Order: sequence, then structure tokens, then C-alpha cells
Amino acid sequence: MALPTIAFWILAAFTAVSTLFTVLTRNVVHSALGLAASLIGAAALFILFGAQFVGLAQILIYVGAVVILFMFGIMLTGTAVRPVVDNDQRPAAALVALAVFLVLAAGIVSSFGTKKVRFQVAFPTVQLGHQLFTTWVLPFEAVSILLLAALVGAIVLARRD
Amino acid sequence: MYVAAPLLLSAFMFSCGVYGVLARRHGVMLLMAVELLITSANLNLIVFSQLLKNSLGNIIALFIIAVTAAEVGIGIAIVMLLYRQRSTVAVDELHLMKW
Amino acid sequence: MVTGGIRQLAWLVPVLPISAFFLIVFFGKKLPGKGAEIGIAFTGATFLLGILCFVEAISKHNIVEKSMTWIRFGGFTLQFGMRVDTLASMMFCVVGLVSLLMQIYSLGYMHGDIRYTWYYAMVSLFTGSMLVLVISNNILLMLVGWELVGVCSYLLIGHWYEEKENSNAAIKAFLTTRFGDLGFEIGVIFLYVTTHTFNIGQIEHLVATHQVNETAITIGCLLLFCGAVGKSAQFPLHVWLPDAMAGPTPVSSLIHAATMVTAGVYMVARIYVLFAASHVALTVIGVIASITMLLAAVMACVQRDIKRVLAYSTVSQLGYMMAAMSVGAATAGVFHLWTHAFFKALLFLGSGSVIHAVHTNDMFEMGGLKKYMPITYATFFIGSLALAGVPPFAGFWSKDEIVGAAWSSGNHLVFTAGIITAFLTAFYMGRCLSLTFEGRYRRLPVAGAASDDHADHGEHHLPHESPPSMTWPLIILAVLSVVGGFVGTPFKNAFHDWIAIPGAEHGVVVPVMIVSIILAIGGLLIGFAMYRRAPYGFGVLDPLERLGPLYRAAVNRFYIDDLYIKGVVRPVQYGLSKFVYTVLDRKVIDGAVNGVAAGTVGLGKLTRRNDERVIDGVVNGLGWITNKTSYGLRKLQSGNVQGYAAGLFVGVVVLAAVLFLRGGI
Repeated sequence: MALPTIAFWILAAFTAVSTLFTVLTRNVVHSALGLAASLIGAAALFILFGAQFVGLAQILIYVGAVVILFMFGIMLTGTAVRPVVDNDQRPAAALVALAVFLVLAAGIVSSFGTKKVRFQVAFPTVQLGHQLFTTWVLPFEAVSILLLAALVGAIVLARRD
Repeated sequence: MYVAAPLLLSAFMFSCGVYGVLARRHGVMLLMAVELLITSANLNLIVFSQLLKNSLGNIIALFIIAVTAAEVGIGIAIVMLLYRQRSTVAVDELHLMKW
Repeated sequence: MVTGGIRQLAWLVPVLPISAFFLIVFFGKKLPGKGAEIGIAFTGATFLLGILCFVEAISKHNIVEKSMTWIRFGGFTLQFGMRVDTLASMMFCVVGLVSLLMQIYSLGYMHGDIRYTWYYAMVSLFTGSMLVLVISNNILLMLVGWELVGVCSYLLIGHWYEEKENSNAAIKAFLTTRFGDLGFEIGVIFLYVTTHTFNIGQIEHLVATHQVNETAITIGCLLLFCGAVGKSAQFPLHVWLPDAMAGPTPVSSLIHAATMVTAGVYMVARIYVLFAASHVALTVIGVIASITMLLAAVMACVQRDIKRVLAYSTVSQLGYMMAAMSVGAATAGVFHLWTHAFFKALLFLGSGSVIHAVHTNDMFEMGGLKKYMPITYATFFIGSLALAGVPPFAGFWSKDEIVGAAWSSGNHLVFTAGIITAFLTAFYMGRCLSLTFEGRYRRLPVAGAASDDHADHGEHHLPHESPPSMTWPLIILAVLSVVGGFVGTPFKNAFHDWIAIPGAEHGVVVPVMIVSIILAIGGLLIGFAMYRRAPYGFGVLDPLERLGPLYRAAVNRFYIDDLYIKGVVRPVQYGLSKFVYTVLDRKVIDGAVNGVAAGTVGLGKLTRRNDERVIDGVVNGLGWITNKTSYGLRKLQSGNVQGYAAGLFVGVVVLAAVLFLRGGI
């Protein structure tokens, strides 16, 4: 087995386990930490698949900002210790999730079961940057405005009058 | 390596996210599950980007990350607001819109 | 498609007011005029452009049509575009002018209103939506404008929504017109299925070349006419218009003269080729229009509220316009729309000026205002003469043309209704004038009591003339109410040459004209004389009350509103709460479980219980069915969002699995 493949399996196992831990643990803070681990694993996978910039952005934004934001949410609502974690439709939810996975897996296996992928193309940041600021400049600006609007909206929602 | 492997991982993450969205009461944890859903989609995009040797998947993934950041900001703000007004973050206690 | 000069820019006509809406919403509050100046400037520009278009359309007499592709999927392409002919550009002028004057008038009338900026924004959007409807070259885009007009009218009628009555009126207007719109929507789809196009020109062509069978045309016309019945307040959906008085008076004038109720008439005129091809549809329109004009005119005679008189009058005049369509004189109908816009806007703005001065809507509390408000009086007087159909004022020419056309076409029903309505119209306008402006002011304080402190209560002051921003629009409209009809006199009917909707042409019928002049003047004089000596004081009886049952029926709106309340509103409204009660009783749950038999018993029980309340059993049966269904359905609505999400995922999985098993993926 080639080195990237081995790396993939290790990272995949890490990601899968931490994902499962995120949704199963009954401790809110542990869940957030599990999420961070899962997202780091995903970021590493991104890098493995040649998307260096997206992987780094994933670490910066998700792990650096989003998970911290979750931590703040947990802290400020002071709900880390109270057992309000799950609702009473857990079995049904598990069934639905399983069904989703089975359908997806069936689709994936039947469509791409024999297709192979090689870790050969890398997408350098320079190339992405060029594309972002030429072809995709309009959506890029739109997303900037969206972020600004979300910022304003979050402040409006969360401030005390 | 078979391309199905990372895709199945993505499907697994997605299913975990679905489970989390459906089963979690805690507002913040529900949002975390949503993050899992989105990351699984991103993983898919990156894998296909590699498979098709096209950088479009990378670009879209970047946009998705940005939009997600906005979504989380608003989501957490809503949870905070909810906590301040109702002293709870349990989403299943929000059933004013029922019969 | 001939190149037109200025009309290439006609798309600006709806775009200007709609952009004004956005500008006012975003920047209005920051501006010195709080957004009013944007509304007035943009509407003014719209009006000017409309005039230029109209002049050009008259001189060139062709149609400018432009289309763009809106949506394309598969083999289906959706176009949207404009069709600017004389009819559309005439509507630009009417809508632009009334909207402009009404906005200037609102400067005074709405001064200091809490939602002043929002008001101007909504009026701009209202105007813009109507113009979208007017300009569109396909019935789908027309539907878009049609619905937008409905929403705007809802928001404007409920402008002062703090009072329950106003918001109820808004909901009533919206739901009633929506009911008609449903027919319109089905009609649009039906026409598309039959003709495979939304384009008005193409539909006209297909109909003219007999490529559509007549039954299909009839069904399509009747469905589209449902929409017109709702929007143009025809019987039996006329009930919303009098209640729409709840909005600010200038809005009423806009709704009644230009933007809302004319939509139905305009739509019929726009695709008149279609209607003309169906004898059945025209007959139905004729019957409905006749009922509408007569009923509304009778109801207008017994109203105490000055705005309600005018509102019923509008319903009645819309009946005239529709009647004109039914006897093949579409141009005459549009001509009446044109003159009616002037004098009805004038009358509404005039009544607003009166209400602004005396702070009451009840004509029996007014009186003698001639002395205090000379400009309002003079203009209102002109408007009344125009509405009553006294020559040479505008209303005479158009109304007479319709009645004449009805006579020549041999449609006795429409003719009889028209001639009686002409008399009633004159009568109630005479009554209105007399009660409002003649005699003595009936709200004067008792002599001596108020002489000590004048500044005591606002309403004890003598009424005074309104500010110039309110009187100038009145004067302009009064001038138009005088001269607006001269373009369509029987001697030289320029209006017919302008608009020229294909249909039967009618010459002048001199005896009919003489009869209608006599009826108009006679009605006015009778109304005037009967109420001239209205006694001094509050709570005066109406001399018409001697008519007994007819009077009571008319005052109670011929019980149509009651019927709707009992037959439709109550069952839906109270169905749920009543059922909760029975569920608590644990009776109906068992009944439901035991199946149809127990259900029938339950129905019997409910019916018996309700018989004691002397309400119609059938009506309650309907309500009961509504209850049943809603009870079953409401269980689904648990309020638990995650439950909904689970359902959503299950649905997606099932769909995906089905697709997958069929080999779709």
C-alpha cells in the first residue's frame, strides 16, 4: 500500500471515530472537542486530496473560529452540566440516519464502486486565488456581504437592549 | 485507491450529522451536527475535485466554508437569545407553532 | 413589431415607481421630506413618460411589443415583456395622474402619520404593480402584477392596523379578492394548456383565426372573469370594497379610481378579443354587471358614511364598465374607466378633505360646509355632477355611451339596469351633496356654551378649508372632470379612434340620451330637495326609512355579508376551538374510532345542538367537516421541528431509494 493510502485510512478512522463521538457523547464540552477533532481530521483529508488551501482554511475557520464560537455558546448559556442533551426520538433518529447511510452507500458503491482515484493533482493557492478574483469575484463579493450581514445580524440578535 | 472509500467516509459523516440533527435537544449540539453535515459535503467536493482534476470543487468548498461561518454566527446568536428569553437551550421546548 | 420612439422606454413606466419603493424604504426616513419627495418625483416622471407614450401611441397607432426570455427549462420558454398600445398608454396616464395627485394630496392629509415613509413606499409599489399589470404582454406577468396589487392593497387598507376593524377590513379585502384570483390563476393555466402560449397577442391571433374551440374560450373567459369579479368588486364578491374604506382616504381614491378595481376591467378590455368570441361569457358578464350596478346603487342610497356612499358608487360604476364589455362596447367601458378615474378620485379626495375638516364620516353630522370649505364644495359639486351624468361633465358622455350601446345591442337587462342605476346615481349624489354641504353645520356647539373657551375641544372649532397641497389636486381633477369627457363626445368621438378595441360600433341614440339627461337632473334634484331640510342635531332619521323592508335590506347590505360570515367565516374560524371542546368531552374521539356510523351520529348530535341556536344545519355540517379534517391534520403539526426534519429525511431517503431501485442513479 502506498503511503498516501495508509495516511488516508488512518485519517479516515480518526475522523470517523471522532465524528461518532461528537454525536454520541452526553457531555457538551466533550462533544465540541470531538467536533474539533473530526474537523481537523477532515482538514487533513482535504490536504491529502490536494486541497491545501481549503484544508488550511478549514482549520483556521472551523477549528479556530467556529468551534471556539461553540465553546462560547456553551459557556455563556451555562448549559455544560445540565442534562438536556438528547430528545426522545433517538431510536427513530438512529434508524433514519442508518437508512440515509445505506441509501448513500448503495448509490456510491453502484456508481463509483470500481473507480480509482490517485493523489496526483494539487491545487495550489495561487491558482485558487487567481480564480477567486477573476471568474468568481462576484460570488466572492456576495459572500463578503453575506458575512457582514451575518455579523450585524448576530450582534442585533444577541445584544441586550 | 478506490474513490468509494472517501465517499463512504463522507456518507458516514453525513449520517452522523443527520442523527445529531434529529436526536439532539441542546441547541449548540444541534448546530454542531449541522457542521458535520456541511463538512461531509465539503469532503465530497474535494474528493471529486481530485477525481475530475478540476479546481471548481475547491472553490465551491471555500464558499461553503464562508457561508457556514455566517450560519454559525447567526445560529449561536439565536441560541443565546433563546437562552436569555426562555432560560433553556432545548429546541424541543420551542413548540409554540403547534396546533 | 414596429419601432416606436419613446415607447421603447415604456418599461421605465412600471420600473420607476418600483425603484421609488426601494429608495423610499432604504433612504426615505433620512430625507427632509421623509420619502414623500421621492414618491412624488418618480410618479411624476412616470406620468410624464405615460403622456409621451400616449401621444405617440395615438399618433402612430401601432403596438410596440418587446419580450425577453425569463425562464427556460426543457422545451418550455417563458417570456416576459411589454405591449404598449393606446390602451396601455392610456392607463399609464390615468394611473400616473391619479397616483401623483393623490401623493401630493397626502402631503397634507397624512401629515404627521406614524408610518408616513412606509405609506409613501407602499403607494409607490402599489402604483408600480398596477403598471406591471398594465404593461405586460402576457397573462402570466399580468398575474404577477395582479397579485402584487392585491398585496399592496392589503397593506394599505390595513395601514392603521392598530385598530382591529382596519386589519379585519384588510384581511377581508385580501381574502375576497384572493378567492376570485384563484379562478384567474386556473384560467391562466387553462389558457396556456389550450393555446400553448401566455402571450396576449398570440392568444388574440389564435382566437381571431378560430384555432381555439368555443367551449374552451368560454371556460377560459369565465375563469378569468372570476378574477375580475374579485378585483373589480362585482357581485357576489363586491363585499370587500366598502370595507376597504378603513384605509386612509387618499388610498381609497387610488384604489377606487386607478390602481385596484380598474384591474379587472382593464384585463377584460385587454383580452377583449377572447371575451368577444364567447357569447356565453358575455351574457354572464352582462347579468353579473347588471346585478352589481343595481344592488350597489340601492345600497349607496342608504349609507350615512360619506365614503361608503362613494364606495358603493364605485361598485355600481364598475358594473357599468363591465356591462359595456358585455354589450360589445368595450371602448365605451374603457372610456367610462377614464372619466370615472377623474371624478371618483376627485370625490374621494374631496370627501377626505371634508373628513379632515370635520373629523367624522357621518353625513348626518355634517351640513352647511359650503360656507366653510368653498374650494372643496365647488370641486365636489363638479365631481357629483360628473358622476350623476349631467351634461357636459365627463361622466355624462361615457355613461350615455354605455347606456346607448346597451339599447342598440338589444340587451334589455343591461339597458334597464343601466337606466335605473343612472337615476339612483343622481339621487344618491344629490343626497350626499345636500347632506354634506347644504343647510346648517350640525356639529355646532350650543350657542354660548363654547364661547368661553374656544380652544377647548378641537372638534368644536368651525371646520376650515384644507391646505393648498390638498385643494390643488382637487382643482386639477375638477378641471379634468369637466373636460375629460370631451374627447369622447358623440359628435366627434376621438377616444374611439384612439383606443379602438374591436367590437360593435354604436351611433348616437338621441331618445336614450334625452331620457338619461332627464333622469340625471331629476334624480339630483329629488335627492337634493329631500335632504335639504335635514333636521338640526344628531341621530337624524333618514327619510328613506319609510321604505321599510327594502331600506333595512339595503342597510344590511342585502344580507350578503352576513351570509358569508355565517356560511364561510364562522365554520372555518370556530371549527377548531369547538372541536377542542368536544375532544375534551371524549365524545368525538370515540365517535371517530367507531367509524362512519358513529360519525353520522356525531353529525346528528352536533346538528341537533346547533338547531337550538337557530343556525342553518347545512352550514354547521360544513363546519363540522372542516373540524374533522382539521383535527386529523393538526396532529401532524406537533411544533417539534426535529420531528418535521425526520419526516423530511425519510421522504428524501424513500425518494432516493425508489430512484435507485429503478436504476435512476
